[in-house]
Amino acid sequence: MSCKEIICIVCPMGCHLQVAENPNMEEVYEVAGNKCPRGKVYGINEMVNPTRVLTTTIKIENAPLKRLPVKTNGVVPKDKIFQCMEVINKVKVASPVNMGDVIVSNILNTGVDIVASRSMR
Amino acid sequence: MYDVAVIGGGPAGLAAAIEARRNGIQNILVIERDRELGGILQQCIHNGFGLHIFKEELTGPEYAERFVNELNELGIEYKLDSMVLEITKDKKVHYVNSKDGFVSIQAKSIILAMGCRERTRGAIGVAGTRPAGVFTAGTAQRYLNMEGYMVGKKIVILGSGDIGLIMARRLTLEGAEVKIVLERMPYPGGLTRNIVQCLNDYNIPLKVSHTISSIKGKDRVEGVTIVQLDESGRIIPGSEQFMECDTLILSVGLIPENELSEKLEMRLDKVTKGPYVNEAMETSVSGIFACGNVVHVHDIVDYVTEESRIAGRNAAKYAKGELKTEGRLVETVPGNGISYIVPHTIRVNNIENKVDLLMRVRQVFHDVRMIIKADGEKIREIKKSHLLPGEMERVSLDIKALTCKNIAKLEVEICEGEE
Repeated sequence: MSCKEIICIVCPMGCHLQVAENPNMEEVYEVAGNKCPRGKVYGINEMVNPTRVLTTTIKIENAPLKRLPVKTNGVVPKDKIFQCMEVINKVKVASPVNMGDVIVSNILNTGVDIVASRSMR
Repeated sequence: MYDVAVIGGGPAGLAAAIEARRNGIQNILVIERDRELGGILQQCIHNGFGLHIFKEELTGPEYAERFVNELNELGIEYKLDSMVLEITKDKKVHYVNSKDGFVSIQAKSIILAMGCRERTRGAIGVAGTRPAGVFTAGTAQRYLNMEGYMVGKKIVILGSGDIGLIMARRLTLEGAEVKIVLERMPYPGGLTRNIVQCLNDYNIPLKVSHTISSIKGKDRVEGVTIVQLDESGRIIPGSEQFMECDTLILSVGLIPENELSEKLEMRLDKVTKGPYVNEAMETSVSGIFACGNVVHVHDIVDYVTEESRIAGRNAAKYAKGELKTEGRLVETVPGNGISYIVPHTIRVNNIENKVDLLMRVRQVFHDVRMIIKADGEKIREIKKSHLLPGEMERVSLDIKALTCKNIAKLEVEICEGEE
């Protein structure tokens, strides 16, 4: 049995969760230290498949600024963040761009798109 | 002649101008010194904005664009690349830009929404040489996210405010090595979620009760000397440790930008460094209102928007001659454990249905009671398991709490232990 300490970020309380892994038990993960049920869900997700929204910028040409802010329009697995960056870093667009425009669709087959966070013209 | 002039086109100015228009004011002018509206939100490309106002998680530019679009739909006039030089008590605004030159306008009421400025190396007094490679976190953020310049490769971040934490992640994603984040206080300055998502996710160490005693480097930063501090904030002898880096990022606090307010001889709060305001967000100068980070530094933009709507609504009332000045005045007093409260005074006759008290605690508290007293008598008690100076507290008071008796003083204090 292994135990991992995670700080919950669901609300500002910042509970220190202890997530124990019992591979042979029916409930594989046991969460302690949470003050609400949402903490349990967060603790388990962090063990099973931690995900994050990625925000970064890409090159833009013919625009008043050199960078266009972009984001994933959903969460991507945490361990694919740097692979996503590699893809995004190769992308270049030209203005005009509208907020929400898809810049890279279905990045790394995650089912998530990279979209423009603002309009620029 | 304008009914309402708004100084600053960031989140505070945009929300205030829109709210003034919704309250029947036609003649509004927003004056912005940058080349576009939106303020600092345009460089805050991370998400987490709008959870209260829009019930969704937006990036800074998205949050800004929604308000800019609304401003345009309402046909509110604005000036870009325009710097306000002076505001006078008779509500004249003098500004300059390269197209119109020096311009003076007259307004019936004015809303100050200039935001804040970062504290720099000079403000914290770090010894050593003065090489290139020392940036405030916000400047580095603008270079990286808007102008397209990478600021360095090996980074040390001093200060664990939210912008510093956000930049630690941002610089890591862009290929830099963020070696450490240092915090002078014994607790982190930023929101817990940012410690987790920006530092822990990327295995960036955070050392509290640590700071930098000197910077080394001739042309470019070559390294910094890190020291540990004791409980009273003094350097512990022998704790010096040299760390090689080419860039030092400072996230050491924000100061409301009140040069214009000072010229108006406006009353300022020594703690917030912003104007004294009443329930209408009106300053000590009649008809001049203030909102957002120029009043006190906020953690989240949603609260800036809400506060600015109050300012916009009341500036509209003032311009129409509807704001009441007579009647009972309640003073808010930060008691034990509270560093400040906004608003500073409440004119009971102007309360619509509730008043929000925004405040910060002086230190970290666990399992305490927040007590609200009216003229020394307890009217409310709120149990708090966790209070941090880095997280603003908000208490809503119903109008009845203030009108039932002839209250003159509202005090908020923190009590430790059980009753």
